[in-house]
Amino acid sequence: MAKVKGDIIIDIEKCKGCELCTDACPQDSLETAKQVNSKGYLYIVKIEDNCTGCTNCALVCPEGAITVYRKVNNQKKEIAKFKNITNDITLTVNE
Amino acid sequence: MNERRMLDDQHFETMIEEESICTSSNVVYDAPHKALYDTPMHYCPGCGHGVVHRLLAEVFEEMDIIKEVIGVAPVGCSVLAYNYLNIDMSEAAHGRASAVATGIKRVLPDKLVFSYQGDGDLAAIGTGETIHTCNRGENILILFINNGIYGMTGGQMAPTTLPGMKSTTSPFGRNVETMGNPLKITDLVAQLPGTVYVTRQAVHKPVNVRKTKKAIQKAFEYQQNGGKGTCFIEVVSNCPSNWKMTPLDSNKWMEENMLPFYPLGDLKTPSGKEN
Repeated sequence: MAKVKGDIIIDIEKCKGCELCTDACPQDSLETAKQVNSKGYLYIVKIEDNCTGCTNCALVCPEGAITVYRKVNNQKKEIAKFKNITNDITLTVNE
Repeated sequence: MNERRMLDDQHFETMIEEESICTSSNVVYDAPHKALYDTPMHYCPGCGHGVVHRLLAEVFEEMDIIKEVIGVAPVGCSVLAYNYLNIDMSEAAHGRASAVATGIKRVLPDKLVFSYQGDGDLAAIGTGETIHTCNRGENILILFINNGIYGMTGGQMAPTTLPGMKSTTSPFGRNVETMGNPLKITDLVAQLPGTVYVTRQAVHKPVNVRKTKKAIQKAFEYQQNGGKGTCFIEVVSNCPSNWKMTPLDSNKWMEENMLPFYPLGDLKTPSGKEN
């Protein structure tokens, strides 16, 4: 299965800390910071690394402060590798 | 190590992973930059105006109509909409945005014209202009933001205030016997033959935001294809400051109280199908 990895960048100077994105995030990976930005708002930061790039937070953000990135890793994973086989292998199936 | 721990305490991102995916090729969502100025908006935290502004800008960019659109800003919280939208805009007297938009559309019929109005502007002071614009069937889009209160002037009662809802001019709740019933102006204009597309949406959840964007896009497409009447989109919104709630609480209150009274969905579509 292709692995989806997402990430967001929040413009903390635009953020007003309304917390609509923390409510919209299905992964609960956003939280209010303990610091304020230059306007005195407690901005939002990403605390977990489980973002899937679903864009929910960016859609509800009234300030348009969130940019969402997503990367789908399509490379096939090697499960098993047979090496140095000398004898014949026969697979039989019962009729 | 100590430095990293300190940064963690301050909730700063520590990029430990080997490669960041934050590159321009991986962007799936970014706020529009061409149709929306890169300035912080003056709206209160959690206000729905910002979302609607962004959706308008997204639609303009996606339809490539930035040069063709003319907007009319109202009097109200969104009076400074032209500071954020990078399109041609005009200001109108209180409540007269739809009348000004009518004039612009008649002089420049090739342009796509919309008016952006709040509930105090559209449903109280500009009731006459709104109803007659819709009745004449002017080929414009009226975007109506309904938060049930006069936001800019300090939370006075508006025609759309719910029964029993407290405001600064109805401190004991709206009494329908003396103050009248809330005005469902969207239902009212849907009955007029001049309107072609009437819908009611909201922007409090991602799914609603997507639907609202689709509605705005549809309205501009109807107008582009020589629409046969007025498009009217109501967006039920919140007002955390004047409802005296946090943004999350106000959205919850809106969902529980306003949406049963103002049900979402299309009231009138060109194909006649209603849902």
